[in-house]
Amino acid sequence: MKTTAFRMVTAALSIPALALISSHVAAQPGHQHEPSATGPAAEAQTAAPMEPRQPSAVGAAAMDHGTMQMQGGTPPANAREPHAYSDGYTLTEGPYALPGPRQLVLADEHRFWAVLGDRIEYDDDSDTGVYDVQAWYGTTYDRLTAKLEGDLTDGRLEESQSELLWSRAFSGYFDTQVGVRFDQYDEGDNREWLALGVQGLAPYWFEVDLTAYIGDQGRSALSLEAEYDLLLSQRLILQPRTEINAYGKRDAANGIGDGLSDIALGMRLRYEFSRQFAPYVGVEWSRKFGDTADFARAADEAVRDTVYVMGVRFWF
Amino acid sequence: MALRHRTITRRRALQGAGAAALLAAGPGLLHAGSGSSAGSTRLGTPAEIRGRKIELLVAETPVNYNGVTRLATTINGSIPAPTIRLREGDDVVIRVTNRLPVATSIHWHGILLPFQMDGVPGISFSGIAPGETFTYRFRLRQSGTYWYHSHSGFQEMTGMYGALIVEPRGGEPTGAGRDHAIVLSDWTDEDPMRVFAKLKIQSDVYNFNQPTAGDFLRDASQMGLQDAVARRRMWNEMRMNPTDLADLSDATLTFLMNGMAPGQNWTGLFRRGERLRLRFVNGTSNTFYDLRIPGLKMTVVHVDGQNVEPVTVDEFRFGPGETYDVLVEPKDEAHTIFAQSMDRTGFARGTLAVRPGLAAPVPDLDPVQWLTMADMMGTMAHGTSSHGSMEHAQPSGHGQHGAMAMNHADHAMSADPLAIPSPAVRHARTEYGPSVDMRVDMPRTNLDDPGIGLRDNGRRVLTLADLRSRPEVLDDPRTPTREIELHLTGNMERYSWSIDGLEFGRSTPVSMPHGERIRVILQNDTMMTHPMHLHGMWSELESPNGELLVRRHTIAVQPAQRISFLTTPNDLGRWAWHCHLLFHMDAGMFREVVVA
Repeated sequence: MKTTAFRMVTAALSIPALALISSHVAAQPGHQHEPSATGPAAEAQTAAPMEPRQPSAVGAAAMDHGTMQMQGGTPPANAREPHAYSDGYTLTEGPYALPGPRQLVLADEHRFWAVLGDRIEYDDDSDTGVYDVQAWYGTTYDRLTAKLEGDLTDGRLEESQSELLWSRAFSGYFDTQVGVRFDQYDEGDNREWLALGVQGLAPYWFEVDLTAYIGDQGRSALSLEAEYDLLLSQRLILQPRTEINAYGKRDAANGIGDGLSDIALGMRLRYEFSRQFAPYVGVEWSRKFGDTADFARAADEAVRDTVYVMGVRFWF
Repeated sequence: MALRHRTITRRRALQGAGAAALLAAGPGLLHAGSGSSAGSTRLGTPAEIRGRKIELLVAETPVNYNGVTRLATTINGSIPAPTIRLREGDDVVIRVTNRLPVATSIHWHGILLPFQMDGVPGISFSGIAPGETFTYRFRLRQSGTYWYHSHSGFQEMTGMYGALIVEPRGGEPTGAGRDHAIVLSDWTDEDPMRVFAKLKIQSDVYNFNQPTAGDFLRDASQMGLQDAVARRRMWNEMRMNPTDLADLSDATLTFLMNGMAPGQNWTGLFRRGERLRLRFVNGTSNTFYDLRIPGLKMTVVHVDGQNVEPVTVDEFRFGPGETYDVLVEPKDEAHTIFAQSMDRTGFARGTLAVRPGLAAPVPDLDPVQWLTMADMMGTMAHGTSSHGSMEHAQPSGHGQHGAMAMNHADHAMSADPLAIPSPAVRHARTEYGPSVDMRVDMPRTNLDDPGIGLRDNGRRVLTLADLRSRPEVLDDPRTPTREIELHLTGNMERYSWSIDGLEFGRSTPVSMPHGERIRVILQNDTMMTHPMHLHGMWSELESPNGELLVRRHTIAVQPAQRISFLTTPNDLGRWAWHCHLLFHMDAGMFREVVVA
C-alpha cells in the first residue's frame, strides 16, 4: 500500500459525527454497471491489428445491473460456507496429517515491516524543514503503525505529532486505526490524544486518512488528509495533496481556535529514480481560519502562506 | 515453508564458491555441461541422468547474469538442474543430499506417487534438513515430459528446477529425431523475500507500464474525451490497474531459456531435414510465456506429459508448472525460439540451429495491452453495450457463455444434476472481507480465449479449447458424484492471494474421498491468470457442457473465468493444491487436500 501521509489535523467533531463521515468515505461502493459507458475503448485501434467480432450478447442482458456488486458488501444469507469441503479435517488433524504442530507456514502468517517517508523537506534559506514518516509492522490485516510528523525551525523541533496506532483491515481497501497521539510544541503546551480513524484507498485512487481525536479537558479534533498520484510518465509523478484540520475546543496556549482551523493544498512533482527513492519540488498553499487565524495575526504570523518546497520521498 | 532467505554477504559468496569447489572434487556427481567454468553454476543444456538410481546434490553455487555475482540454489551445480530420464514402469531410487544451510525438498511435478514421496515440506514429509540425505522411492506409472523443483521457500526461484522425462515402455511413437528439453525460467538478482516484501509495501512496484496522463491525452485526441474517460472509469472506480499483468517484470527479472539469458543465446542443434521434438517446461516462478518459433509451425503432441490429439499452432501461452511437447521441422539453418513474457517487458530466447554460433532475427515485443472488461467482469462485460467496437475481449467461436450453460442446466437437471458443471456462481461468505478486492458474478466459461495480449494477433494461438486428450488417456468415464466449487481470490493492493478469501493459514483442507469421481469448479475472481496445480492426481478439464476434454496437472485459469475439471484421487494421503505463481502460492493461494 502506498503511504498516505498524515498531517497536523484537528477538529471539532464528536466521535459519532466522525463515524458517519468515515463510513461514508470508507464505503465500498457497489458497482453501478452502465454497459454503454464502460467499453475498454479502442486500444485495439492502436495495439491489436484486428478487431475481434462482437459475440452475441448473452447472459448479462437478463441481469439487473443495479444489484451487481463486485467489491465489498456483506455476504448474502445463502453464501457458500468455505469450510464445507473439509469433512471436519484441519491442517493438523485428520488422516495423514504430519504429527506435531503445523510445519507449513506461508507468507500470509509472516510479519512484514516498512518505513515510508512521504515528505522529507528542508529549506536552507529559511532553515526550516518538515518530516512526515509512517512505519508499520505486522501481517496483512493487523499492523502496528507509527505516524511521525514535525516542523523544524532553526534546527529545533518547533512542533511535532507522533502517533502509535493499531491498524486493522476492515474492507478491501481500508483500515481502521486506533491508538494515541502525542503533540509536542517548542512554545506552547504539549497535548495527548486518543485517536480513532480510517486510512486507505478510495475509489479513483485517492489515498485518504481521516482521524478523530479526543484529548483531556474536553478537547477534540478532526483531521483529513488526501493525496493523489498523477503519473505524467512512469517515473515523473505529480502529487496533489490536501490537509484539513478542525478543533472542538479553543487552545490558546497553542494558538488554536475552535472550528475549522487550517487548510493546506500542496502540489509536488517527484521523479522516481527508483520506486523507492524520489526527490521532488513543490509548492504548498496554506490558510488559517477563525480564531486560529486571529491568534496568528496577534502573534504577527501569516494567515495565508505560500511556500516552495524541495524534498525527498522514499520507502524501504 | 521457510520464508527466510539470507542476503548474500561476501562471506557467504566465498562459502558458496568453496562448496562448489568441493562439489567439483566430489565423487562424480557432476557431469559436464555447456558453458561451465570452475566454481560457478553451469548454465545451458544440462547434464542428462538416466537409470533407476539417481543421486542429486543441492548446494549454493555462484552465478552472474547481470554483472553481479549472486548465490543460486542449484541441483548438481547447474541451472537448469540435470535432465532426468527415467523409464515407465521402473522402480526408481532418488537420493537427494542437502548441502544448503537451510532445509530443502524436491517435488516431482505431475508424477503420480505415494504422498510421502511428493516432496512438499509440512505436508508430505518434514523436508530435508541441512546435511541430510532423503531417499525418494517410487514406481513410474506414466510417461511423458514433467519437471522437478524445490518446494521449500523461494529456492525454486533461485535455480532449483529441471526437466524430468519418463520414456514410455513401448517406445516413442512420435517419429521425431532429436529431442531437446527446454526449460524456461526467470531469475532475480534480488533476494526473493525482499522482492515479496516490496510487493507487500507497494504492489505495483515493478509495473512500469501503468496508465499515464500522456496515455489519456492520446486516447482523448484519438477517440474523444468521453470515450477516453469511459475507458478508464471502471478501473479507477474499482482501484484496479488494467496493466496489472504480472507482479514482477523485467525491472527485476532476467528471462532464461535453459538457464541462459537472451544474449547468451541457448542453442539446440538439429540436422537438416530432421524432425525435432521440443519438450518445453515452464519452470518460472512468476512468468507466463507466449512462445513461438517465427517461420515454423509447432505441432503440439503432449501437454503436461499426456498425449493429446496433435494440433498445429504458431504460438502458445504457458504458465509456471505447465509443459508442452511440440514437433517442428526446421527449414532454415537457424530459427529463433522466442518466448515473450505476458506483460511484454522482456523475453527468453534461444536458437535452433544446424551448428553452434548461428542466430536468426529476434522479433520485437508485442505492444502492452490493457486488460479488458471481460477480464474483470466476465460475460457481464458484453451486456447491452452500444460501444460494440470497443469490446474485444471475448472471442466468439464456441460461445459457451454462462446463460447458455444455464439452459443446459435446466435440461440436465431432471437426469443427473452433476452431469454438467453447475453454472450458478456461489461466492463464499469469506469473499466479502478485506482479503478480496473483487468478485465476478457472471464469469465467462468459454475455453477458446487465448488470453490478454494474444487475442486476434494474426497468429494461430493455442487455447484450452484446442486440446483433446487421446482416447486412451481419459480412463475414468464416470459421472462425478461430488462437486467442489472454489474461487481464486486476492487483493492486489494488499498483495494477498487466497482461495475463497481464505489464505492457507486460515484454511481447512479439501476432503476428497479415495477413488470417488469428483468435479472441481475453479472460478477466478481476480484479474490475473492463475496456473492451478493439484498434486497427486490428474485434473481432467471438461467443457461447460460436461464433455471431458484434456488431462492436465496444471490448469491456467484466466481472469473472470470459470472452469471445471474432474479428478479421481487414487492415491491416499495429503496433497498440496496451489497457484504455481510462486508468490501467489506463498501468499496463501494454497489448499491442502486430504484423500482418505
